[in-house]
Amino acid sequence: MHKALVIDPDKCTSCLQCEMACSFEHEGVFNPAKSRIKIFEFEHGKRSIPYTCTQCAEAWCMHACPVEAITVNLSTGAKEVNPDVCVGCKVCTIACPFGTVNYESDSGKVAKCDLCGGDPQCAEVCPTDAITYVEADWTGYDKMRDSAVRAHS
Amino acid sequence: MSNYLILGAGPAGVIAAETLRKVDPSGSVTLIGDEPEAPYSRMALPYMLAENVGESGTHLRHGERHFDKLGIDIRQGRVNALDVGARSVALSDGSSVGYDKLLIATGSHTIRPPIPGMDLAGVENCWTLEDARKIAARAKPGSRVTLMGAGFIGCIVLEALAARNVDLTVIERDDRMLPRMMDNTGGQMIRRWCESKGVRVLVNTAVQGVSKSGEQLVLELAGGESLEADLVVCATGVKPNVDFLENTGIRVEDGIIVDNRLCTSVPNVFAAGDVAQGPDRTTGRQEVHAIQPTASEHGRIAARNMAGVDTPYGGSLSMNVLNTLGLVSSSFGAWDGVSGGSSTNAVDTLGYKYLRLEFEDDYLVGALALGLTQHVGVIRGLMQTRVPLGKWKARLIRDPHQLMSAYLECTQGVIA
Amino acid sequence: MSWQRKILRVDLTKGEITQEPLNMEWANEYIGERGLATKYLWENMDPTVDAMSPGNVLIFATGPLTGTMASTSGRYAVVTKGPLTGAIACSNSGGKFGAELKFAGYDMLILEGKSPAPVYLHINNGEVEIRPADQIWGSTVWNTEEWLKSHHQDPQMKVASIGIAGENGVRYACVVNDLHRAAGRSGVGAVMGSKNLKAIAVRGTVGVKIDKDPKAFMDVVKDTHQMLADNAGRKGLTKYGTNAMLTSMQKFGGLPTHNFQEVQFEGADKIDARAMMKPNDSGHVNLITNKACFGCTIACGRIAHIDKDHFTIVNRKEYWHASGGLEYETAFALGSVCGIDDIDAATFAGYLMNEHGMDPISFGVTLACAMELYEKGAITKEDTGGVELKFGNPEALTIMAEKTGTYEGFGQDIGLGSKRLAEKYGHPELAMVVKGQEFAGYDSRALQGMGLGYVTSNRGACHLKHDVFAEDMEDTGHTGKAKPCKDSQDNIAAIDSTGLCIFTTAAWGLGDFARQINAACEGDWSEDRVRECGERTWNLERQFNLKAGLTKADDTLPKRLLEDPVPTGTAKGNVHALDKMLPEYYELRGWGDDGVPTPDTLKRLGLS
Repeated sequence: MHKALVIDPDKCTSCLQCEMACSFEHEGVFNPAKSRIKIFEFEHGKRSIPYTCTQCAEAWCMHACPVEAITVNLSTGAKEVNPDVCVGCKVCTIACPFGTVNYESDSGKVAKCDLCGGDPQCAEVCPTDAITYVEADWTGYDKMRDSAVRAHS
Repeated sequence: MSNYLILGAGPAGVIAAETLRKVDPSGSVTLIGDEPEAPYSRMALPYMLAENVGESGTHLRHGERHFDKLGIDIRQGRVNALDVGARSVALSDGSSVGYDKLLIATGSHTIRPPIPGMDLAGVENCWTLEDARKIAARAKPGSRVTLMGAGFIGCIVLEALAARNVDLTVIERDDRMLPRMMDNTGGQMIRRWCESKGVRVLVNTAVQGVSKSGEQLVLELAGGESLEADLVVCATGVKPNVDFLENTGIRVEDGIIVDNRLCTSVPNVFAAGDVAQGPDRTTGRQEVHAIQPTASEHGRIAARNMAGVDTPYGGSLSMNVLNTLGLVSSSFGAWDGVSGGSSTNAVDTLGYKYLRLEFEDDYLVGALALGLTQHVGVIRGLMQTRVPLGKWKARLIRDPHQLMSAYLECTQGVIA
Repeated sequence: MSWQRKILRVDLTKGEITQEPLNMEWANEYIGERGLATKYLWENMDPTVDAMSPGNVLIFATGPLTGTMASTSGRYAVVTKGPLTGAIACSNSGGKFGAELKFAGYDMLILEGKSPAPVYLHINNGEVEIRPADQIWGSTVWNTEEWLKSHHQDPQMKVASIGIAGENGVRYACVVNDLHRAAGRSGVGAVMGSKNLKAIAVRGTVGVKIDKDPKAFMDVVKDTHQMLADNAGRKGLTKYGTNAMLTSMQKFGGLPTHNFQEVQFEGADKIDARAMMKPNDSGHVNLITNKACFGCTIACGRIAHIDKDHFTIVNRKEYWHASGGLEYETAFALGSVCGIDDIDAATFAGYLMNEHGMDPISFGVTLACAMELYEKGAITKEDTGGVELKFGNPEALTIMAEKTGTYEGFGQDIGLGSKRLAEKYGHPELAMVVKGQEFAGYDSRALQGMGLGYVTSNRGACHLKHDVFAEDMEDTGHTGKAKPCKDSQDNIAAIDSTGLCIFTTAAWGLGDFARQINAACEGDWSEDRVRECGERTWNLERQFNLKAGLTKADDTLPKRLLEDPVPTGTAKGNVHALDKMLPEYYELRGWGDDGVPTPDTLKRLGLS
């Protein structure tokens, strides 16, 4: 069983350390706009929700890619974008019903969460454990995935 | 052991072949394509034209001997006829191939307007890899290029031609660019954007004929104006490749009618991709959605059903995404609204931003977006999950850009 | 280097926008944010001009660590000449606006002149434009932010704006960003309003790079994060917020009550941190959660909501939502100093402060002054439009908060600030201010070091520019406190210049800030160098004030604190020993008896 990012919005304070860690890991720059995990705030900050790719089994993005630029990392289960192959057609960005693949106009490619090759930096830096990287059979995660599958099948 | 035959080596055909191999490891899988190329993606051709990738960058699969290793017999051939009684397909070289289960994934071909001169050298389509090679040879920096048709394909080609630094004119018969993907507001916005980037755009303009004057091509326009060009690229539409189905009893309308198992009106014959007219997830009707995600879903679902793994299909969603000289646009579902529905939009003319949402009752059923690149997939998510929007409908009507918040709350159920 | 090396200069009179390189020589002497903005202000304006005139310059400045992974990296400072004091004003804020400005590619924003008509500034990376604000002028801060995000179709945009108070020159109007974070003190929002500038809307996707040694920087960041994570003081801030202080001050006897007539408040336990967490009679709990500013691993911010049955909002559904809740300063200013023990009324008044863009400290202390004037008969019911302006009346609090915010009726007088209000009604001695700015929630007589800090703070009374708290808690006397006051002023001036928050000092010493700057910025940044930058900044602020016309005579406290003994508490019987502390302080600073830095001091700091 692969590990997965498990998110507990109740613990999120919206500090955006995760967004900075993500952009630093992938782009070498502190830039929340380039982060593959995003925090969404509701009602003046009453709730803050970290949101990123669940590496869903359906892999809508991967199947929609016309040039096989998205493949599964067998050791982590992550669906990874190979920027050398991606032509920037953006079909995956509309195919992913979770909205977790984004087009980056600077690079002309798409970007999504790749679990940092098995050491996700968002979870590493989260000061409140709102984001953890744990064995995916954790029940809460199953529940989340179930509801996603139900919603999208 | 089942004998599977797939006609067409585009995304639907290739994904079907791979899926069949996965679900029925012992079956024999034959894939016939009519172009002398490794299976490639038409979607990727513009990026090759723009010189972002080489020819191999357009290939659907990159692994060495990918199809061999999977035991997929891939052949070149053109289908002349289908005999559903004999379960066999006749190829143009005179040979025939039998099947237990057949998948028709023959895609579509370009159509040109019935005007004189469309057969002249220098008037090209942009549909096949070979077309792209011809365009690349002629579209040199500074050369005058006229693009006929500002539909979805035309606009993708436009992007590629602009990247080649040609002197570009676009001619569209309709009153706006992207008439079938954008409403007037969006179409005009894209047009202004293109013009601001130095592309000449003529809408409401019909080409009456093309002639040759020395080395120059000359386009006669309906208003009497004429236009010189070194290259004319024709992107005026496509039609499904269904001619060989005459007299087979397979029901064809805009495309091949398939049910929610992707089976045609004739048993053991399935269809997928651009050639198929399958269930639409939101309208429930059967429609042709000639787009990559539909081709891929069709291919996968059809293959599973062919192999006897009963897999119903929830239907495809009409959607497109396009980059016009850096302005990203997308369209989803019933973007033009449904009768009795409600609508909202946000327009920023100066900022080239536009978002239009269409609702039916409590559901999102269509959308248009310009300048939106982040989390755009949630539009699909909201539409295909058909989650009731509840209080978020009013909020979206007030500010359509609350989409992501609406999505999170409605689908993830994370907020009390 | 974590700088963008770029400044945006906007001449609002001419409608001109220019970019210029950041002066790195100055950055090396002043670090950034507060210090560097002070230097730019000094070099760009005549300190004698009226604060509300076009000649005033308004600077928004980030620090070298703003927008990095250093904890609490969301800070930015607003520096200008203040309309309450006529002295330099320096207010900093958290939230997400400051980092966004940096991400857009700018270290600093310099606003000059006055726009002929109301405008807002829209910054989208390199695209910057001045846009007409006619559709938002007259709007609240909250509506302004909503309109801008919706109009520009960008929910991720960050907005700093003023409310109706700032438009109308309420002297302590603030700049609010991200709905409930604010550059709160000294009336920087009034200056923004005087320039006809409603809002600054920023979207930045350029990001911030560390090109000196990213790995070294990340190592320091990891270490300093851990120090915060392990620190008990930090844990208290996370759990209770700053309002834990109210309990301490109540116990100690330093909690300003009834316009500083008393130092203990009998209703303290109804508005303190525990009260926020306790269900009321109908089961409503004020506090919902805590929330962080950008990059902050402390998260002291409170998100609260008001009981829907409370008189303030029972018929006003638009306030049935969560927003920024009470912190210590709001709890004191909208609570004890006005004698208010109604937590929902105080929370609602806090909402109004954010919504209309006002400093709750100055508002609350001004209201307390008005209440005392009312009880003395100097202000009448006729003046107040029928409001019973008595201590302890929660309706008086919320009505006046709203009237001041919308600049109506007696709210216009409250908007003058304590000094001008008390003068107008004939009792200047009742204004609890230094240099015209109201005290924060600590009584100077009980906390003698704090008193000296108030007096010498360059922006007028302020609790955030020094830290003698430990000494004050240890000993209610005055001896030995001038030195820690001076030293901590220098340290904090340096910390305020980094882009980080002073609440990290729960766990970090100045050396910890120095090593973070050293890992991010070119050159060698020792603790001593950083401290010297702070001292330089302090002295330049002083120079600004002297040139603006302030003198030693302005370094004083209200008569009440100098003459009336503390009635209760640990320091019972104390008055403030300013006459003994100030000469020592001047000497430690290297200033003459007249409070003017000596030529030697200026020379030592490179300020001659």
